[in-house]
Amino acid sequence: MNSLKKLLLGDQGLVVIFAVAFVIVSIFVPNFLTERNMLGLLQSVVTIGIVSCTMMFCLASRDFDLSVGSTVAFSGMIAVMVSNASGSIVLGLLAALLAGSVVGLVNGVVIARFRINALITTLATMQIVRGLALIASDGRAVGINDPAFYQLALSRIFTIPTPIWIMILLFIIFGFVLNRTVFGKNTLAIGGNPEASRLAGVNVVRMRIWIFALQGLVCAIAGILLASRITSGQPNAATGLELSVISACVLGGVSLAGGRAAMTGVIVGVLIMGIAENVMNLLNIQAFYQYVVRGLILLIAVLLDNLRSSAAGRGRG
Amino acid sequence: MAFLEFNNISKGYPGVQALSGISFSVEKGAVHGLMGENGAGKSTLIRVLSGDQSADTGSILLDSEEQNYRSVRDAFHAGVIVIHQELQLVPELTVAENLWLGRFPGKAGIIDSRTLVETVRARLEEIGIDVDPTAKVSALSIGARQMVEIAKAVMLEARVIALDEPTSSLSSRESEILFSLIERLKTKGTVILYVSHRLDEIFRLCDSLTVLRDGKLAAHHPKIAETTRDQIIAEMVGREISNIWGWRERPLGPPRLDVNDLSGRKLATPVGFSVRQGEILGFFGLIGAGRSEMARLLYGADHRHNGSVSIDGVTILPNDPKASINAGMVLCPEDRKFDGIIQGRSIEENIAISSRRHFSPLGILSPKKEAAVADRFIAKLRVRTPSRKQDIINLSGGNQQKVILGRWLSEQGVKVLVIDEPTRGIDVGAKSEIYEILYELAASGMAIIVISSELPEVMGISDRILVMCQGRVAADIPRSEFDERRILTAALPDKNAAGTI
Repeated sequence: MNSLKKLLLGDQGLVVIFAVAFVIVSIFVPNFLTERNMLGLLQSVVTIGIVSCTMMFCLASRDFDLSVGSTVAFSGMIAVMVSNASGSIVLGLLAALLAGSVVGLVNGVVIARFRINALITTLATMQIVRGLALIASDGRAVGINDPAFYQLALSRIFTIPTPIWIMILLFIIFGFVLNRTVFGKNTLAIGGNPEASRLAGVNVVRMRIWIFALQGLVCAIAGILLASRITSGQPNAATGLELSVISACVLGGVSLAGGRAAMTGVIVGVLIMGIAENVMNLLNIQAFYQYVVRGLILLIAVLLDNLRSSAAGRGRG
Repeated sequence: MAFLEFNNISKGYPGVQALSGISFSVEKGAVHGLMGENGAGKSTLIRVLSGDQSADTGSILLDSEEQNYRSVRDAFHAGVIVIHQELQLVPELTVAENLWLGRFPGKAGIIDSRTLVETVRARLEEIGIDVDPTAKVSALSIGARQMVEIAKAVMLEARVIALDEPTSSLSSRESEILFSLIERLKTKGTVILYVSHRLDEIFRLCDSLTVLRDGKLAAHHPKIAETTRDQIIAEMVGREISNIWGWRERPLGPPRLDVNDLSGRKLATPVGFSVRQGEILGFFGLIGAGRSEMARLLYGADHRHNGSVSIDGVTILPNDPKASINAGMVLCPEDRKFDGIIQGRSIEENIAISSRRHFSPLGILSPKKEAAVADRFIAKLRVRTPSRKQDIINLSGGNQQKVILGRWLSEQGVKVLVIDEPTRGIDVGAKSEIYEILYELAASGMAIIVISSELPEVMGISDRILVMCQGRVAADIPRSEFDERRILTAALPDKNAAGTI
């Protein structure tokens, strides 16, 4: 009993839960463990997976970002509209990346420099940016003129769709940044103890601004891929994404109190979210129930996080 | 007749006996002073009285009745109320609401606002406090808030009110108002326990006095008129200076650190001093004297209003921790838990957080070098840990302090080390190890500033002591002239000597 508890609440606890769940689902759900379904599953988590990379940094440094869903929609919109207007997809993509970064930069400056609560700031920018996306498109979906734009999402490399490769690439990059760079370690240090980090010579304000700017940039990448997949810029795309992304991170063991994060955990968190949805689709469970299940998963994740911290806190005296 | 009695109170914490066998009693309607140096046990005794902590042995008697309270709430009901330096009022509620908080008058959850205000108004008038009951607490001065706290105690029918350094943040006019309030409470038969460092106040207000030293009863004066200022100071000091310090003479070089006219929000009077190469300069002062504020300004942790800091003649700019580190000045902060350690991260990361920029080209870490640096300082400073991967939170206080020292020793070219409360919460063995490290660093030419509220420690390890009192430097004493009584006298605030507050 004790060793089971240790296993489940330890560092690798989530991986264990995931592996067990995966095996059970593979055995009991028909059509789950097929190549086609696996690729579909991965495709479905591309947006969440990509945005989780930087959300992990945001949460690890004790911050919070609610504006990611709006930023994804907005930058997708920009990509499509600028591509259409200029006739150049490259220009459209650059504009989208710039737009996303600017949103993130604004978040970061307001939060870190002017010391406004991150929850409030991003709640505001979430609405502002969504509003901008709606204004720009007059509330309608904007179709893509140049079919080459579809190729971003449709093309395959070694039979695997490009967006999945991009997601994997970002997982690797941000995993490296978190574990092997000064930037990553400083992020964790700020989350662990901001004042002590500042006194130890970390430029906390600049770090936080960078984290938000990166978050915006990565949202733009997700937004471009999403627009390509749904073949249009949709002002209402990715609503509620922020909640799924934060759920995935928390599920993956990122502490909301900051200072604790692991890329592998977040990847597993993302996959758990994806599998839950995928399985419910395969079992023909009505979409309405999926909200309930997603909420339950988040609750369980937070409870686990709590148990884990109190287990880690024990014996500290 | 004795109303409040402490009977053989003892209380120990891991590593320190905070109180041992304290017994004394206070008459009904008396103002009783409680004095002692930092760490003498006053706060612990007040905590035991307030029900916040329970004594290991001994008992408290009120009106000859033994009290068995286990919490602050129980103490409340027994009529014992402690008013702390940090006041316990809700700023956004009115005075009257604060006084009724937790038991609002009214029916079915609807507050009877007339009763609420009028009862408070009557009570405030009765005890002579001139505060509007409908004013929001946030709009009141600190002095007025303190009055409200006392009014709250009176409304709760307190029989014993303990005041912990009540005048520390009051102007002299506010203090006068407080004193006359205390006089009135006295005539009502309330026992007042008055904790203060200020001898003039103690002599003016108190009928009797207890002096604590190292958790023991140093003296009890049932009639304060029968004692003198000098006698009390002598009772507060008189500790044995043992030779656990291991201080030895060192050659001192030219001035290394120069501080001119340093001032900031929490340190209004400009402070200036200099420290020589190889010198250990001790800063002593009672709590609230401004030592740590000075250190934080010096290091650039807080915003500086004025003044300059230079090392080897080069002024440090801008005023932030990073610039200080680059210029060769580092700080081991007073509060290790909140300002020092990065909780949840390993020893290795806690050591390398600053110095890793020197061996991480393009910001990419080199795990091997980082591990080597960590291992080197774990060995050099003898940090007791099974591994460098251990979460720092699991270390003892002494080992955490060593890790923070390691963080700075792994930096390149540290010239000035500021260490605030180097051995707070650290056991004796680790203490002398830390002193040895400091001597070694000083011998290598570093200028070291040691800030401590433990007088024996400052005297034991410093080459020179600056005594701070009420935000200014009150004395500058070389080692040859160290004298406990002289230092403590300089540290004690005294309106006559120090002028206005």
